[in-house]
Amino acid sequence: MSEPLLALTGVRYLYPGTARPVLDGVDFAFRPGERIGLFGPNGSGKTTLLHVMMGLLRPDAGEVRFKGALAVTEKDFRAVRRGIGLLLQHADDQIIYPTVLDDVAFGPLNCGLSPHEARDKAEATLALLGLEGFGPRLSHRLSGGEKKLVSLAGVLAMDPEALFLDEPTNGLDPETRERIVSILEHLGKPCIVISHDWDFLVQATDVYYSIEQGKLCRNPDFVPHRHVHVHPLGDHAHHHHS
Amino acid sequence: MIDEPLSRGPSPVHRRDPRFRLVACLALSLVAALAVNSGTPLVILAAGLVMTGLARLPLGLVARRFTAVNAFVAFLWLVLPFTTPGTPVTAAFHGIAATREGVALATLITLKANAVFFCVLSLLATIPAPALGGALRAVGVPDKFAFLFLFTYRYLHVIHEEYGRLATAARLRGFAPATSLHAYRTYAALVAMVLVRAYDRSQRVYQAMLLRGFSGRFASLDGFRAGRGDLAFLLAALAVAVAGGALDLTFWRGHV
Repeated sequence: MSEPLLALTGVRYLYPGTARPVLDGVDFAFRPGERIGLFGPNGSGKTTLLHVMMGLLRPDAGEVRFKGALAVTEKDFRAVRRGIGLLLQHADDQIIYPTVLDDVAFGPLNCGLSPHEARDKAEATLALLGLEGFGPRLSHRLSGGEKKLVSLAGVLAMDPEALFLDEPTNGLDPETRERIVSILEHLGKPCIVISHDWDFLVQATDVYYSIEQGKLCRNPDFVPHRHVHVHPLGDHAHHHHS
Repeated sequence: MIDEPLSRGPSPVHRRDPRFRLVACLALSLVAALAVNSGTPLVILAAGLVMTGLARLPLGLVARRFTAVNAFVAFLWLVLPFTTPGTPVTAAFHGIAATREGVALATLITLKANAVFFCVLSLLATIPAPALGGALRAVGVPDKFAFLFLFTYRYLHVIHEEYGRLATAARLRGFAPATSLHAYRTYAALVAMVLVRAYDRSQRVYQAMLLRGFSGRFASLDGFRAGRGDLAFLLAALAVAVAGGALDLTFWRGHV
């Protein structure tokens, strides 16, 4: 088996001022090539898990290892954040610049690219996501779907080896959702996806986990299957997928 | 919310490099503000009017802003001429008379205010906020201020939307503005919620910045390119500023 990109052993995390740890002895290895779906009720610790892995939260006990090396300090986690891109749940939190191009170039500039290289990188990433010409547009004038795609561009511009996506399809229209599915398929990067959107999970991931009582549980018996979709009746007949 | 109607346009002023416009505006405004004779602000007012004309700004909007500024100036005219000691030029009314010095001072302030107003309107208001942030950094304003400005611009919209959602939620449940303790408490709660959410958001934004490799230093795309036209414009603006300053200096020398 290949070496895990990221591994957790005995990770415990307790939010200050609460009685029960959200994560209580989590052991987990995320290997290259894996596409993991993470589901479960709100507050079960899915986002906390991703944040612990990215070093945004420090575990009260246990270890985080990135490519075998122990990650403890902020400096250690900087390497993790260059290797793995986390797409936050709310695009507005992630887009920090008033204009799209400046925002997408933020990560590349932080990685030490020259302004010229960063501009090229940002433009290429926007083009990759079908957002040609979005560079000069104002962030606050983007639609919800466009914001999501721009925030994804900001993550992808850093060329991450793997992606963590926190409810990427929440509140998106079907068209933008399909675009994200096809982008992920095209990229083929290993990923961990938090979602309640089963259709999306089935398309984007292969293995399913949930967090129960602070423990990460794999669901091997879990058989995802498609359901009949619902739509308003129209005047025109249309073809259903198989 | 913050629509910048003046910042877009095809005019020759809009095409000038934002850094140059910023410097020109600073130089002209400074000379006008520091002047002790009324000839200098008059020269700069003329320059400001010419640039406003060149920028082809929508007249209605200019008129509205002009009125707003001069409403303050009008108050000065109500007070200054009558309170400045000097030679009376009007008949005393209940012992109060306008003085020559008072009228001169009010005139000077009026000219200064309008000179700065038209310079800022034509040179600063025509720069879109994101470009202004970049221009501020480029002319040596500390990163912290420039980014404070950029982030404020970026998130003011988000916070405004958040307030809008809260206010809608309140209205949907039957809240109507009124002069009552209940209404005041509701507004206080809305504002408090906006502050709390803004604080929470700032934490998430900071996390998002860390995720993208932020380590305390800001780098940015260098997006400005100045051409010969920009240089000519800057030189012309600085020449006006220097001429105005020189005029003021001779006046000042003559009086000392």
